Amino acid sequence: MNARQKRMLLAGAGVIGVGVAAMLALSALQSNIAYFFSPSQVQAGEHPTDAVFRVGGLVVADTLKRQADGLTVRFDVTDNAETVPVSYTGILPDLFGEGQGVVAKGRIGADGVFHADEVLAKHDASYMPPEVADTLKTAHADGIVEDTAEGLKAAGQTVTR
Amino acid sequence: MVPELGHFALILALLLAIVQAVFPLAGSLSGNRPWMVMARPLAFGQLTMLGIAFAALVQAFVTSDFSVLYVTQHSNTVLPDIYKVSAVWGGHEGSLLLWVLFMAGWGAAVAVFSRNLPLAVLARVISVQGMIAIGFLLFMLTTSNPFERMFPVPQEGRDLNPLLQDPGLAIHPPMLYMGYVGFSVAFAFAVAALIGGRLDAAWARWSRPWTTLSWVFLTIGIMLGSWWAYYELGWGGWWFWDPVENASLMPWLVGTALIHSLAVTEKRAAFKSWTVLLAICAFSLSLLGTFLVRSGVLTSVHAFATDPSRGLFILLFLCVVVGGSLALYAWRAPEVSDGGRFHFVSRETSLLANNLLFVAFTVLVLFGTLAPLIYEAFGWGKISVGFPWFNKMFLALAPFLALVLGLGPALRWKRDQPMRLVRGLWWALALSILVLALSYLPAFSGGHVWVPVGLALAAWLTLAHIAVVRERLRNKGGLTKRGPALLADLRGGGRSFYGMVVAHLGVAVLVVGITLVSNLQQEEDVRMSPGDSHEIAGYRFEFLGVDPVPGPNYMAQRGHFKVYRGERQIDELYPEKRAYLGGGMPMTEAAIDPGLFRDIYVSLGEPVGDQGDWALRLYYKPFVRWIWLGAILMALGGVLAVSDRRYRIARAPARQPVRQPVQGPATDVTAAA
Amino acid sequence: MQPFKSVRHLAPLIVFAALAALLVWGLGQDPRELPSPLIGKPVPVFTLPTLEDPSRMMSDADLRGKVSLVNVWASWCSSCRAEHQALMALSALRDFQIVGLNWKDKADDARRVLAMTGNPYDLNGYDPDNRVGIHWGVYGAPETFVVDRQGIIRLKHIGPIDRGVWQDKLEPLVAELRADG
Repeated sequence: MNARQKRMLLAGAGVIGVGVAAMLALSALQSNIAYFFSPSQVQAGEHPTDAVFRVGGLVVADTLKRQADGLTVRFDVTDNAETVPVSYTGILPDLFGEGQGVVAKGRIGADGVFHADEVLAKHDASYMPPEVADTLKTAHADGIVEDTAEGLKAAGQTVTR
Repeated sequence: MVPELGHFALILALLLAIVQAVFPLAGSLSGNRPWMVMARPLAFGQLTMLGIAFAALVQAFVTSDFSVLYVTQHSNTVLPDIYKVSAVWGGHEGSLLLWVLFMAGWGAAVAVFSRNLPLAVLARVISVQGMIAIGFLLFMLTTSNPFERMFPVPQEGRDLNPLLQDPGLAIHPPMLYMGYVGFSVAFAFAVAALIGGRLDAAWARWSRPWTTLSWVFLTIGIMLGSWWAYYELGWGGWWFWDPVENASLMPWLVGTALIHSLAVTEKRAAFKSWTVLLAICAFSLSLLGTFLVRSGVLTSVHAFATDPSRGLFILLFLCVVVGGSLALYAWRAPEVSDGGRFHFVSRETSLLANNLLFVAFTVLVLFGTLAPLIYEAFGWGKISVGFPWFNKMFLALAPFLALVLGLGPALRWKRDQPMRLVRGLWWALALSILVLALSYLPAFSGGHVWVPVGLALAAWLTLAHIAVVRERLRNKGGLTKRGPALLADLRGGGRSFYGMVVAHLGVAVLVVGITLVSNLQQEEDVRMSPGDSHEIAGYRFEFLGVDPVPGPNYMAQRGHFKVYRGERQIDELYPEKRAYLGGGMPMTEAAIDPGLFRDIYVSLGEPVGDQGDWALRLYYKPFVRWIWLGAILMALGGVLAVSDRRYRIARAPARQPVRQPVQGPATDVTAAA
Repeated sequence: MQPFKSVRHLAPLIVFAALAALLVWGLGQDPRELPSPLIGKPVPVFTLPTLEDPSRMMSDADLRGKVSLVNVWASWCSSCRAEHQALMALSALRDFQIVGLNWKDKADDARRVLAMTGNPYDLNGYDPDNRVGIHWGVYGAPETFVVDRQGIIRLKHIGPIDRGVWQDKLEPLVAELRADG
């Protein structure tokens, strides 16, 4: 084997190695990413039933309820069109509040309740997660909001951004 | 008047930067000596102007001059004085000013401490720095002027983000910026070398101490950020793989690769074009980090208030700087010879492996950070990449890195004998395997597979370095007089060697910390009533209740805990939940009983019911301090290496190294620290 | 120079170009810059009690004949407090009207804020239950609409107004609308 062949062989091995590594990294990625769905999409059944995903929107006022154990909370998340009930056991982030934007990560149960194992509210009071802002916006653009004005009035939620 | 003075100084700094970018470089290309000579005074002038601007902004904050918009947005009169100063870099505009101030500082330091650098090289380095300064100063003056006035003048400011009212976070950004900006020196040296077409060992030697020093700052900056997140965010994590954290980690990873690659280029004149590429990448990733943090392209926990017009500017700037330097690289680098050849069993190979692993990890972090953007761009949906993925990638690479790290320093340059290696290291390997076996016992590992792996790797690292130090001392003065030999070696040319050893031992400490805290920590979210007790990991927490306590500019709910080990009370803890008067969010202040071998950590969740019950977080964190201790050791190692006598010799551009130390503070590169 | 070698050295530049393209795309995705479906349309028909005096009503007719800034605000919204200073400065200019839409708020809280920090509004509609806000497509406070003399919505700004936003985005349009007669 001359020097040139040797170099080609090394380069080939390198390319294969990088390819294999990239494939491993990507397949690991597939099992570790969480897609984002708006409450409307969840109610339309577009979400996965067997995988972790994220749902985001605003916490509807007066829906935050603490369960008897003192650590499990239930609240509704809305995109101003549809709502999804969320259940979470643990301590909520400092910025969590009714009317605030949140993103929850977890799975949906057979009972239709989203069981979150992570709830994110942002660290800046004047900041709204872009996904949430996008979602709310879409709901307007689609005209969904107009139809549900009455429902929203009942919810009477407040929004800050 | 003073803010206008600051504004004016910024404009002058921009003009100086333009002169600085053009004349010394043009002089170096045309051989016009007077133009080249301008480099030094220009660097000092730049620092002076930015120093004046920065002082003006500090003055506006300290005197609470609310006619300055930026002051109104980030300070108020009840803010404690110390935070009035740190508030200067608490927002986008001020932190940018700090950025350029530091860059001018590094530039002036190069001008001072590179006395014997060839004038043409110095001129080019200063010019390249001037070009970067132009970009940042234009950015500030057009989109982010910190001196902008506001009328009518409000009575009171808005207060500093409570998250930033903390000593850890007050000094975290300056450290980080020193690191980011420090890489601009390595970048400038690399680009200067590309322009000059001379990529030789001398270039690597000039750029090495600056690179190491920047890396030290970046290490400390990242460590402070991690430590701050741990005690301030109230969830006990020390690394979140957040985009902003990743933005600081990527330059660090490439910077680490660069330090090692520079060693090869200096000692063996190999990897030359690769080293240049790394130097360009380290600074490019610093800029990319700035872009990601300030443009709002990525969602992050602690992104700056974002503004697309700013993002566009930084992006354009990024394209000019990175695109320009990479184009220069594509044009010039093919002319560079590959340099010294080496055998498979050699230190070069181990450093090559080090570089590949670090770069691979950087690519993975970059990919994971940008994956949400990539998915959205291709219409594959909105995703977030969970931290488990990053952890997996880290675990896939880190063990190989640790294995190579033990071998590398024991290997000789160019070519080594495998048998020599085995003779020197067999006992280290054997002991490490013993550690692996012992810590595999459930009593130690608790059944976690990674515990024995991590501990064995740490043992391997430590023992292999002991072996290397032993061998060096044996060669220097015999093992009988180990102490004196060590001291003499430290006084002589050995500091960069011992710096390396210390930094690598820091890695071992870090590995122990990460392994143990990740696998053996215990955490519980519990509801407790006053008087309740709860036990985790053999520590009993007695909750005595929560009381309101006023602070200087906040009201706190303060919890009171007694912690017992068996019957003995070991500490009382007072976690707080603060509501700042300036408004905004509540803040959780965790209470921690720190220890070298474990932390006890309590943070308040929220009140439950009306009987004084609270939802609480209780943690037991074994060896968590070792993570930061490891980072500190790495930084210390870097400082030790920079203080090596070799770098104090401000060297003439001779091809043949002249071993003639020129001692004295004026040429002491360490003084720049 | 061998061509093969130079291709190898070009690779970093190519990778960077791809990265830059991605970032340019990402920058265009800022949710604040998406156009509102209401731009160019007449303001929604509404009547609301005013905040100052619940027995007095205001309506979309109040937005015709003058250039108006319609500012959605609430006492609970911290960004609105930040914006308040800017609005006070603008109200001193007096060459257009500033109409508040007090949104999802309690009247007492809102009045207290205005009494304490000054009132930049010429008129304030009180919309506690988002009855009108929903038709304006309001999804958060603060938001500001620029409405021309014919009552057409010309621009929507999401987020607080500061000096930069005013100078770059609102002032040119307001000046143009006023000049249009």
